Amino acid sequence: MKRIFIIALAMTLLIGVVVARNTITVKGSDTLVRLGQRWAEEYMKTHPEIVIQVSGGGSGTGIAALINGGTDICQASREMKDKEYEQAAEVGVEPFRISVALDGIAVFLNEENPVDVLSTAQLKGIYTGAITNWKEVGGADDKIILYGRENNSGTYAFFKEHVLDKEDYSDYTQTLPGTAAVVNAVSKDKNGIGYGGIAWAKGVKYAAVKKNDTTEAVLPTVETVSDGSYPIARELYWFFNGKPEGKLKALVNWALSAEGQKLAEEIDYVPLLDKQAKANMVD
Amino acid sequence: MKEIKFKPKSKLKEFLGEKFIAVNAFAALIGILLIFTFIFKEALPIFTDSETREEAGVDKMVFKQEYYEGRPSKWSWQPNSEVPKYSLFPLFIGSLKAALIAMLFAVPLGVGAAIYSSEFASRRMRELIKPVIELLAALPSVVLGFFALIVLATFIQNLLGLTFRLNALNAGIALGLAVIPIVFTVAEDAMTSVPQSLRDAAIALGASPWQVSVSMVFPAALPGIAAGVVLGFGRAIGETMIVLMASGNAAIISASLTDSVRTFSATIAAELAEVVFGSTHYSVLFFIGTLLFVLTFVINLTGDMVLHKLKERLQGKLR
Repeated sequence: MKRIFIIALAMTLLIGVVVARNTITVKGSDTLVRLGQRWAEEYMKTHPEIVIQVSGGGSGTGIAALINGGTDICQASREMKDKEYEQAAEVGVEPFRISVALDGIAVFLNEENPVDVLSTAQLKGIYTGAITNWKEVGGADDKIILYGRENNSGTYAFFKEHVLDKEDYSDYTQTLPGTAAVVNAVSKDKNGIGYGGIAWAKGVKYAAVKKNDTTEAVLPTVETVSDGSYPIARELYWFFNGKPEGKLKALVNWALSAEGQKLAEEIDYVPLLDKQAKANMVD
Repeated sequence: MKEIKFKPKSKLKEFLGEKFIAVNAFAALIGILLIFTFIFKEALPIFTDSETREEAGVDKMVFKQEYYEGRPSKWSWQPNSEVPKYSLFPLFIGSLKAALIAMLFAVPLGVGAAIYSSEFASRRMRELIKPVIELLAALPSVVLGFFALIVLATFIQNLLGLTFRLNALNAGIALGLAVIPIVFTVAEDAMTSVPQSLRDAAIALGASPWQVSVSMVFPAALPGIAAGVVLGFGRAIGETMIVLMASGNAAIISASLTDSVRTFSATIAAELAEVVFGSTHYSVLFFIGTLLFVLTFVINLTGDMVLHKLKERLQGKLR
């Protein structure tokens, strides 16, 4: 009896040690969390000795965790701010950035809304509060109801920087926790407008976006985002502490391989162009 | 009659037991003090640090500011802006609106149910009503919030033809559901603790049950009912998850009850998780926390004091 107990104890300890050594934690952007999980599942199938724990919380949370040493890989849907680089430098963390996939920010409209096309200038007007009625952009005579993300999300920051030219969102913007909540709200609100990653829309339609009055309106799809014709697109990053080595290097190179990028496309993210993906691999 | 026997006294054991219990009692007190100190400490840079004060001093949080030259000055909560704006006024209005609607909804229902349950209901009815209403208090607030977000919001919007689906009214009613059991429980206790002798006296003078409850029991228990209302208000101000999900969280100043609102509590919940540690935004959020703490503390203290007074008064009448 005693011997069995000791053996069991020893095995538990052994497993504990092995797990601890081969665990990779991935934390950060809510936009990337589904992709991270999908990659983790597939990778663990072929590499049973590795355990990957993926969690969300937002780009800011992930970056904070990377700086505090709370995660191996930080997923972020935005570049780190200067302030965050400074904080990292203070504690001796050297962020190493690799772009792992692309994402387009789609503009969601209710399916009943007659408006199909918006220019980036109109979007800016709508979200800064200069345009408040749908008839000003060719729709019905109804008040525009703005939905957006909480001000800590990478999507919020990206949209603000690239569409609003860093101006403030209208005070009337209703902020919701998560893109799913935004999609849900727009699907229930005839006059609603929202934004979020293109992987998300169910029950709402995408607005075709044109860069200016002379260019054509483009719908957000995998093709238009990766060839750069859709105007509101961004890179999605993995940040490491220093250049990744060993198991981390193997993982990121696999994610950038044709297999990894195909998985991304399967769940509606936008894969990098082949040559870009190869260039991003760590040697 | 069963005879009760005491074991021989052990002075030391009694002494230790007593001290152990005392420590437990004081632990809560010390805990509260420590929590307050910590929250306030994190908010301190607003008063001490000149850089933070420049960006978000108390005057900047309270008064209208001219953020851009030439544009009209305004109150605005836009912490993640090129020009960060930390006005607490829209949030204060938001918290107040949501809480007031909650009270308008919950007080008549809670007090009405309490009068019925303590004065008119048969014993069996009472045994049904009381636990069911108190069960409302056991509902996790996230469940109430989810219900308000998905079901209640659509229902209210269609019923009243509202512009905003998520608004103060929606959040207030959902909050009210959380407040009802508090108002009910305290008010019901206050009324049942009105001495039977008073009721008997009124009945002996020929009062009908309605007259007894309205002209006699209700006024006698009024301080207790008021305490229930005050405690309920404290809950409504501090409650977070429901308003975060159901209010739309847009920091607007307006008189309309059907505009979206952003409350103190929801702001902390939404923003604290990712704020840069030690930044101005961080300090401001902790300052809001301090405000909420003081606010709910004062409200609850008032409620408790009123209740205490009531007990003394009713027991005084007994003598």
